Amino acid sequence: MLKAVILIGGPQKGTRFRPLSFEVPKPLFPVAGVPMIQHHIEACTKVPSMKEIVLVGFYQPNEALSRFLVSAQQEFKIPIRYLQEYAALGTGGGIYHFRDQILSGSPEAFFVLNADVCSEFPLPEMLAFQQQRGDPHSFVMLGTTANRKQSLNYGCIVANMETCEVLHYVEKPSTFVSEIINCGIYLFTPAIFQHIGEVFQRTQQELLLGACLGEESPNGWQRAEVIRLEQDIFTALAGRGKLYVYKTDGFWSQIKSAGSAIYASRLYLSQYSQCHPERLAPNSPEGPTIRGNVYLHPTASIDRSAVLGPNVSIGKGVMVGAGVRVRESIILHGASLQDHTCVLNSIVGWDSTIGRWARVEGTPSDPNPNDPYAKIDSETLFRDGRLTPSITILGCNVTIPAEVVILNSIVLPHKELSRSFKNQIIL
Amino acid sequence: MKALILVGGYGTRLRPLTLSTPKPLVEFCNKPILLHQLEALRQAGVDHVILAVSYMSEVLEGAMRTQEQRLGIRISLSHEKEPLGTAGPLALARELLTESSEPFFVLNSDVICDFPFTDLVRFHKHHGKEGSIVVTKVEEPSKYGVVVCEAETGRIHRFVEKPQVFVSNKINAGMYIFNPSLLHRIQLRPTSIEKEIFPVMAQDAELYAMELQGFWMDIGQPKDFLTGMCMFLQSLRVQHPERLHAGPGFVGNVLVDPSAQIGENCTIGPNVTIGAGVVVEDGVRIKRCTILKGSRIRSHSWLESCIVGWLSSVGQWVRMENVTVLGEDVIVNDELYLNGANVLPHKSIAESVPEPRIIM
Repeated sequence: MLKAVILIGGPQKGTRFRPLSFEVPKPLFPVAGVPMIQHHIEACTKVPSMKEIVLVGFYQPNEALSRFLVSAQQEFKIPIRYLQEYAALGTGGGIYHFRDQILSGSPEAFFVLNADVCSEFPLPEMLAFQQQRGDPHSFVMLGTTANRKQSLNYGCIVANMETCEVLHYVEKPSTFVSEIINCGIYLFTPAIFQHIGEVFQRTQQELLLGACLGEESPNGWQRAEVIRLEQDIFTALAGRGKLYVYKTDGFWSQIKSAGSAIYASRLYLSQYSQCHPERLAPNSPEGPTIRGNVYLHPTASIDRSAVLGPNVSIGKGVMVGAGVRVRESIILHGASLQDHTCVLNSIVGWDSTIGRWARVEGTPSDPNPNDPYAKIDSETLFRDGRLTPSITILGCNVTIPAEVVILNSIVLPHKELSRSFKNQIIL
Repeated sequence: MKALILVGGYGTRLRPLTLSTPKPLVEFCNKPILLHQLEALRQAGVDHVILAVSYMSEVLEGAMRTQEQRLGIRISLSHEKEPLGTAGPLALARELLTESSEPFFVLNSDVICDFPFTDLVRFHKHHGKEGSIVVTKVEEPSKYGVVVCEAETGRIHRFVEKPQVFVSNKINAGMYIFNPSLLHRIQLRPTSIEKEIFPVMAQDAELYAMELQGFWMDIGQPKDFLTGMCMFLQSLRVQHPERLHAGPGFVGNVLVDPSAQIGENCTIGPNVTIGAGVVVEDGVRIKRCTILKGSRIRSHSWLESCIVGWLSSVGQWVRMENVTVLGEDVIVNDELYLNGANVLPHKSIAESVPEPRIIM
């Protein structure tokens, strides 16, 4: 049997996702119409002999998460549990803390997936790859190719060309190391806990030693538990015949900022068009004009003169009026787009209203389309003291008056605007 | 009576419109600028108009032949080989202007107002001196040259360029009437009538000012062209409300050529002029704009403070604002945002212009 762990982090993480993460934990933010981690869960359930999915993170139990767990278990007919860390323990510390729970029922292996990635999730391929290696105790990480410059923002993997063994691993190097980067998706056997355990013991001893020597060590007992898979485990495992990389050419992106959520939506919608065309809105004489891939929640009310797409996701109960145009955007549930509005490269928050003839437009943060290995740039909000043009985000319950333009701006929740804004954060 | 209109050169301030059409022929409120003046002059009894031009245009000549027929007046073009300023052209046209001994009008071609030519003749004959100029009140006189004159009679004492302290709020409105004797003061060389001739006439107590009632605007550049349009439409509202368009979807003062087509669910106005053969598709919002002949505004677009040049096409869900001016035959692709763009003729725009600039 197999299991899967999804690392969902906590409220102190994902701040680049504000103001949207004020309303919903980032892992539940809808991408291509469903919560971000539902894509992970769906991929896991397609692996034969997958018996349980465990979410590990440090969110306080909350209604949104509980509701999601209930509905996902019903939909995918698999046990899904949330295990809450008492503090942020890092990507390795979290699974180590819950190792008994993960190993209960004696899985031969388990996947670990970071929540903030979007991917094809070639999990069966990783499994087959591990079995091909002939070593049932080897670990597999998913790798993909980046360009030289952007590789520095990721974990870089040097591998043996033939055996695919990871010879060297370094997280976010300052100089070029390798174009193969870590996708944050792993296949481990229970033996991984010995390696994490060794790191834990060693760190704890060092801390104790430090304490004996009178060194300052605030909450040292806790620090030993904070273990990062990337720096603390993979770097040590590299070159020891234990860790292998499975390289994928399938789509993959991080979802750090809200801008990357629009890009990730595009990737998933395009996957729908291959594997689940029934999830995409059709062009029908009674319905709106659909261009490219569009997700429409069945409860959304769309005027037939509206034109939607490509890459549009429209949530529950959204109202789209006559002559509305939406492209490259996510419209969250309960929002209302009045007649003739134009929404481009934007995320419209829950229950927001956009008045007639208003224009809400952002600048896409897509990877360079001319470079097949380009990734989305890790955006900084400001560059040289100026707000970098990004997608426009309307927080929850924002009201945009008729006929104004909101360009490259971020509007925090519960705000009623009275005029046009450009290149601003509106508190 | 005769009138000389100072048309001048290429009208560069009103580019990109004047790259396609001589400025006097650019339609202001659905009528060529010059025709506003010609018709008012004819009504005041002018039967011969001299256009002082510094470049020759066959299009302008042709149009003037047509207007001669239509209005039953004589129109001459007086061509300066070199720019002669605002007074030199009078010397150049000396022969034509002295064919009779009657006073003659002189006007700048960029001025739009309720032309007061009949009143001006009466005023001029009443004081009996050499010249009369029309003045208009402005809110911020420090930006202009002002005219200081006697309140009772209108006799001009002096002119003050950009006054720092308040001396007067009246400025030269660019419309004059002179006795032919004025021509003795002017030689055939580049001369400014405002700076070189008027001060001397004022000193000689030969120049009087008549204050203009109602609106006035120099429409020589796009921003003022639109402001002038608002004033003109408001004056139509008072004088000829039947010429304005009313009905559901129309707000405020809107002038629509009968041959234009307006789609459903549009909101047009206030202060919009729509030219001949223009097609406005469904769900369009337009305010404070001039849409010139033969253009098409596609559905769900939003336009404010724009001039759309002849035969242009504005795509669906386009937003244009902030004195965006499209030259002739410009195509704006769907869903773009143009903010203060100045687009030269025959250009196809495929990218938004978020900050004001010129698109070559």
